[in-house]
Amino acid sequence: MGIRGMRRTFEIIDHTADVGIIAYGTDIEELFCNAALALFSLIAEPESIQEKSHLDLRVTSDERDSLLVEWLNELIYFFDAKHILFNRFDIESLTQNELKATCHGEAFDPIKHKIKRGVKAATYHMLRLDKNNDGYKAQIILDI
Amino acid sequence: MTQWQGQLIKIDDYRWKIPENYKTGMRVPGLIYASKEMLESLREEQALEQVVNVAFLPGIVGYSFAMPDIHWGYGFPIGGVAAMDIKNGVISPGGVGYDINCGVRLLRTNLSEAEVRPRINQLINALFHNIPSGLGSEGKIKISQKEMNQLMVEGARWAVKRGMGFEEDLDVTEEGGCLSGADPSKTSDKAVKRGMPQAGTLGSGNHFLEIQVVKEIFDPHTASIMGITEIGQILVLIHTGSRGFGHQVCTDHLRIMEQAVSKYGIKLPDRQLACAPIESKEGQDYLAAMACAANYAWANRQCIAHWVRETFSGIFGKSPEKLGMRQIYDVAHNIAKIEEHTIDGRKAKVCVHRKGATRAFPAGHKDTPRCYLEIGQPVLVPGDMGRCSFVAVGTEKAMKESFGSTCHGAGRVLSRGAARRAIRGADIIRELESRGITVRAESVSALAEEASQAYKDVTEVIEVVHQAGISRKVAMAVPMGVIKG
Repeated sequence: MGIRGMRRTFEIIDHTADVGIIAYGTDIEELFCNAALALFSLIAEPESIQEKSHLDLRVTSDERDSLLVEWLNELIYFFDAKHILFNRFDIESLTQNELKATCHGEAFDPIKHKIKRGVKAATYHMLRLDKNNDGYKAQIILDI
Repeated sequence: MTQWQGQLIKIDDYRWKIPENYKTGMRVPGLIYASKEMLESLREEQALEQVVNVAFLPGIVGYSFAMPDIHWGYGFPIGGVAAMDIKNGVISPGGVGYDINCGVRLLRTNLSEAEVRPRINQLINALFHNIPSGLGSEGKIKISQKEMNQLMVEGARWAVKRGMGFEEDLDVTEEGGCLSGADPSKTSDKAVKRGMPQAGTLGSGNHFLEIQVVKEIFDPHTASIMGITEIGQILVLIHTGSRGFGHQVCTDHLRIMEQAVSKYGIKLPDRQLACAPIESKEGQDYLAAMACAANYAWANRQCIAHWVRETFSGIFGKSPEKLGMRQIYDVAHNIAKIEEHTIDGRKAKVCVHRKGATRAFPAGHKDTPRCYLEIGQPVLVPGDMGRCSFVAVGTEKAMKESFGSTCHGAGRVLSRGAARRAIRGADIIRELESRGITVRAESVSALAEEASQAYKDVTEVIEVVHQAGISRKVAMAVPMGVIKG
């Protein structure tokens, strides 16, 4: 799952009651994009989502790893409250504690989109964000 | 997954202790309710380490408890109970969970299996149609911001005032279906936006609605006081919580608590245990917001129970009263409550976190409903959709030992991924049909994640709490029809 060419994008991992994401990125921006793609791959079939509209988001936090949690929680909010499915993310700026991004996708359509599962939240449980020779790697557990 | 290698000291056949000296920083020992057979699978994940982590929390008194349905959660284990001293203890949103006041409500009927079985497909289809369940489904009730504020404060009564249910329902709902101290100004605009369209929806994941048949009555006298009188009698069980509203309240306040941890100099072994002193502004704000979400969940179950009654009434051509559709009880199993308990012979106020655990107050307790004063508070323990569910009652022993708490369900053994790889949703539907259980699900693929094989056998779980004496089993029912979100 999540293999594009030879570059790893993300993996889905097991956790007893919940589900985890391992996201990769050659740079930090790519990691944030891949984590978001992983999230929406759990909610719906990514191929079924078209780019019809976009939304500008700004997320802040104290630290970079919690910024990743906040970012996913912001996207979960837009799905759950506004019923928007996203499939592409342009990160405009990303610092230790602020993220600005344009998110592309479309409104949920019950005929077109098969929803696989709901996601309650991204948690801090077993949260990891590491840098290595290949780039960045993060682990986030989601509450399902 | 690495095995948990910690020390477990046997107290008796159903109680095991993790000594306080297992890890530096533990303030109390851990107490695990389990049979010897359960221990092996318990050691296969890190839930017991989470019991240890909870024992680090400031102000924890007695034990960090694990019920026999314990499984690995985030921060707290699911099936965890912890009581904190109100003066110097902390409140942790992770000790409640994202689905604040996830809980179960049980309705009785005068109907028998023989009357319902011939119409089960019609009934399940009608319930599936009348009760919004799945993702993206919006409620049948449209509420304004002003009404949402009332709902957050009034809880189940909000729905009863609008003709959804009876005043008597409130008498047999934990806290009367309304937790005091709810303050809508402590909930975010985001939480309200997630919550408004989802009021009166079942939701997805492990939430469900079941039509059940009473199969066994262990204590006929106690059962009859609840209105369970015959083998073959039909019951309806509703399992849902506070939907996106509660999830957002938890997300918002965890973020605040993250900062509170460093502000108050609290040392934690796991970030997801983020907490604040109960008496601090952060602690009080969370409790006020949590109460809003708890009340939302009670209103939610009240609305759904009303549509269940309407649907039965339509199909059987009799009023809910004629069908005897009285509520037996409604319990919360993800909540934190300020309660009075006796500790070392002295009465003290504590904040009891129950995450995947049920209150189990005894006969004669002031918070046990008047109609159940003689028998104790009903405890509702749903199993998975292929097995059975139990009705039990709280006991004096639970009051003395586990802060009036007991188990809440079966508890997972297989992860969602492992369940999906092992079982196909379509096969489950066929298998259940062959055993006389009709299933309707919003997502067939998600059904595999909720298969019997993914859960412990609830019969073993109830046996442990019954033998340990922290609840007493009363009756057992099996599913005949299931709706999954």
